[in-house]
Amino acid sequence: MNKNVERLYNGIIKENPTFVLMLGMCPTLAVTSSAINGLGMGLSTTVVLVLSNLLIAAFRKVIPGGVRVPAFIVIVASLVTMVQFMMQAYLPSLSESLGVYIPLIVVNCIILGRAESYASKNPIVPSIFDGIGMGLGFTVGLTCIGLIREILGAGQIFGVQILSLDWFTPITIFVMAPGAFLVLACLVAVMNIVRKKMEAKGKPLAAPSGCLTGDCSACGQSALCTGRSVTASADANKTE
Amino acid sequence: MSDLYHVSSSPHVRSKDTTGKIMLYVALALVPTSLFGIYNFGWKALLLMVVTIASCVASEWVYNKIIHKDQTIKDFSAVVTGLLLALNLPVNLPWWEAVIGGVFAIIVVKCLFGGLGQNFMNPALGARCFLLIAFAADMTNYVTDTYTGATPLAAMRNGETVNTLDMLIGRTAGTIGETSVIAILIGAIFLILMNVIDLKIPASYIITFAIFTLLFGGHGLDANYLVAQLCGGGLMLGAFFMATDYVTSPITPVGQIIFGICCGILTGLFRTLGANAEGVSFAIILSNLLVPMIEKITVPRAFGVVKEAKNKEGGK
Repeated sequence: MNKNVERLYNGIIKENPTFVLMLGMCPTLAVTSSAINGLGMGLSTTVVLVLSNLLIAAFRKVIPGGVRVPAFIVIVASLVTMVQFMMQAYLPSLSESLGVYIPLIVVNCIILGRAESYASKNPIVPSIFDGIGMGLGFTVGLTCIGLIREILGAGQIFGVQILSLDWFTPITIFVMAPGAFLVLACLVAVMNIVRKKMEAKGKPLAAPSGCLTGDCSACGQSALCTGRSVTASADANKTE
Repeated sequence: MSDLYHVSSSPHVRSKDTTGKIMLYVALALVPTSLFGIYNFGWKALLLMVVTIASCVASEWVYNKIIHKDQTIKDFSAVVTGLLLALNLPVNLPWWEAVIGGVFAIIVVKCLFGGLGQNFMNPALGARCFLLIAFAADMTNYVTDTYTGATPLAAMRNGETVNTLDMLIGRTAGTIGETSVIAILIGAIFLILMNVIDLKIPASYIITFAIFTLLFGGHGLDANYLVAQLCGGGLMLGAFFMATDYVTSPITPVGQIIFGICCGILTGLFRTLGANAEGVSFAIILSNLLVPMIEKITVPRAFGVVKEAKNKEGGK
């Protein structure tokens, strides 16, 4: 498989940041009270993620290892500030409803996680696709949660009333905080079933993806890595 | 002969009580309350009970079927959960909302955590709180053909006076099962006589709540107000039937008293300072969450173990 396509597939399905890696839970739970909020949050994170992956991959040989995290933060924070000002200028209502969670993208673990585990070790083009894949995965996750919460909690999709209030009583708990946990848990359960079925069919999805080099010492994903599948995926890459 | 020499590991002394038997006693003890609810609110109350019991039993059956576990519906716990849930609902609740409540109680609160014995909070109360947040308007609509006013607790909050005799008998607005203190007490005495529950949790709960109301209720030593607070809302039903749930209350005697005190203080706080007039269900499920901690600090000292030695062993 083409490496760039593989990165997209990895971000959206195999290592979906919301349903598989469980990263960025704070915005996932807090802003998904409607589909448009989830979509807006996801897309703004995607923009930051792609640009930060691009810059960090470009500067990866310049940034000294000892101060790499402060350097990443400076890059990410500058990008987030730009996105925030752009949103205030062109999408004021969305900026209003997302509130403090836009500046909080700076400390979103997906962005730092991708910078640390992928962009700082890989060339620019795959890093950009990694950012697009992860960002779209996050967007899909947030939009799914937002859609379900909005339909159940208000009978609407993207603000359009589809379930008539004549016969539908909105289950308001779903647009409140507990609903976020309930919906997220259900979707993660569904995702686990899907992954299990795909694994049973012989598509091993649990393999750590950052491990494209096969070099364990250079790999920052020790938390995700089970060790077993490393050689297998490295071999698979060689045969490609 | 072989029975005589039967060899097995401990425990050797077994009680004849089974889960099914105890749950049956609880269901029997709820009969006076249920009957009074039907008498007080009409056939719609009966319909609601049937709907919640059916949805609870059905969802437990379906869940066990899907997960390939042994069927556990015969232990009556789902029936008791359904009945308790119905007694905690206002009679006007649409039937499909009651079904959602029953499914939530069994699937989310009980089965997903491992079934009976593993649930971290009382399923019926968990479902009641879920419905209370999800359908706030329907769950606080107590207006029926017979009762047009607010519940006694809400009336007292607005500064109106209430008739405590009516509250004892149960001729007031409220959820199906909470109105009649006398009917609840008949069931509670039956349970105490059958040794299903003991008085530690209910007594410490009610006494703590009474003291809290006297001190902080803002009405001083007004006996009428105190009695009305004790008889109003779900306090009696909660104290005798929900707080004493075996799974979600501590097993140590001291722990049970601490648990009752927690329930009492929280109920008092919710009723005096909270946004709603009622707070029993939230108080009990919050205290349910404290149970593991309460049990940890009240582990009884083993016979013959001196305190210093216990500390040296690192609390093992």
